[in-house]
Amino acid sequence: MLLDGFTVGAQLVNFLLLVWLLKRFLYRPILDAIATREQRIAAQLQDAEQQKAAARLEREDFQHKNEVFNEERESLVRKMTAEVKLERLRLLEEARTAAATLRDGFTEKLKQEWQAWQREIIQRTQREVFAMTRRTLQDLANANLEDQILAVLIRRLHELDPAEKAKLSTLSDAAAHPVQVRSGTELNPVQRDLIQAAFAETLGIQSVPRFETVPENLCGIEIVFDGHKISWSVADYLATLEQSLRELVPEPSPSNMEQHALPATV
Amino acid sequence: MRLSGDELIFWQYEWVKLNGTIASTWGVILFLTMGSLLITRHLTSDITISRWQCFLEILVTGIVKQIEEVGLRQPQKYLGFIGTLFLFIAGANLGTIIPWFEPPTGSLSTTAALAICVFIAVPMYGIADDGLLNYLKSYLKPTFIMLPFNIIGEVSRTLALAIRLFGNMMSGAMIVGILLTIAPLILPMLMTALGLLTGMVQAYIFSILATVYIAAATRTREA
Repeated sequence: MLLDGFTVGAQLVNFLLLVWLLKRFLYRPILDAIATREQRIAAQLQDAEQQKAAARLEREDFQHKNEVFNEERESLVRKMTAEVKLERLRLLEEARTAAATLRDGFTEKLKQEWQAWQREIIQRTQREVFAMTRRTLQDLANANLEDQILAVLIRRLHELDPAEKAKLSTLSDAAAHPVQVRSGTELNPVQRDLIQAAFAETLGIQSVPRFETVPENLCGIEIVFDGHKISWSVADYLATLEQSLRELVPEPSPSNMEQHALPATV
Repeated sequence: MRLSGDELIFWQYEWVKLNGTIASTWGVILFLTMGSLLITRHLTSDITISRWQCFLEILVTGIVKQIEEVGLRQPQKYLGFIGTLFLFIAGANLGTIIPWFEPPTGSLSTTAALAICVFIAVPMYGIADDGLLNYLKSYLKPTFIMLPFNIIGEVSRTLALAIRLFGNMMSGAMIVGILLTIAPLILPMLMTALGLLTGMVQAYIFSILATVYIAAATRTREA
């Protein structure tokens, strides 16, 4: 028989028993596990959302701080740039001033050195010229240079106008203003006597003049009265020589200063 | 030739008996229960789960989703009944791969019992959902003239449920039996494989039809 009543009933009971068993051991545990996991995931998602929100707030805060920082930095950079520009200009000005001072000092020093060198050359030239002249005179004419100079000076005293002679005579006061005789080299007694005799003869001065040796007056003799002077010197000749030397070696100027300065620095 | 396990009687006392159908049903129940018990014993609600738990979760959530797709808004309320229908029929049908196992679904007594369960469950869910009066009124819709047709439809679909499942499963077993006598080597294996597919389809059809009937009974109020 295809359909058995007892079997139908038994299967019905069996099925209901299986429903209960599966509900108890399958559906409920599985659904509970799924629900618990969903709750956990939801909690984690909510937590993640909160963290995300917190992170967003922190990011915004950070961005705000970053913007403030950037603004401050740009402001500081602008301020620093302006200060650096000013400082640069100041330092440049200082350097320029220092360079100008150095250049002026250097120019001045060079000028002084040049002048000293020129003086040295002139003096040395003078000495050499006088030495040559003295030897030449001595060799050719058996004459003394100072004697010749003295002779020229005495001749000038003789050639003075009477008015001038009288004036010079009044100016010479033995006590207050004695006549001074300045020479490059010390005059010997003969020469001194000659001068004194010329004074007595031409000007009527009996007092003994004061003889002085002035090394700068290399070759020349000058007679100084009170404010008046009679002299013979090679100064004019030396002036010509000096002019020639100056033309030969020009005085350093800012334009040609480097040309003069370079050899010294190298 | 034995048509179903009903004819294989192990023990009998008057009208109480233990036949092959009941025994195989117990086997299926034991298998499903023990399997569920073993797997759900170590359930975890972590993100990482075992593959067996994953399998059961997919199974259960798949059934819930199917119930929901048919139209029942609270699928978990019907999961116990409909899910068990599917699992029992599928488990019984899959058991055909075990030698000498006669699936209980190949017995008209079993399919009739299942159809009776559906027959009882449909009005029960309808009444529980809508109240007795409203449920009874649904037999008068659209007009009272439809009352006998509705009652006939109710009975006939129950019969159809039982006969469909029985016919399919019994015929599969019969075909395999006949083929065994004709070509005992290859063809029975192929037919068994086809029977597995048919068994799964029948389990799906039976449970889906039960869901549709329950949904039809409860839809009036839900609508």
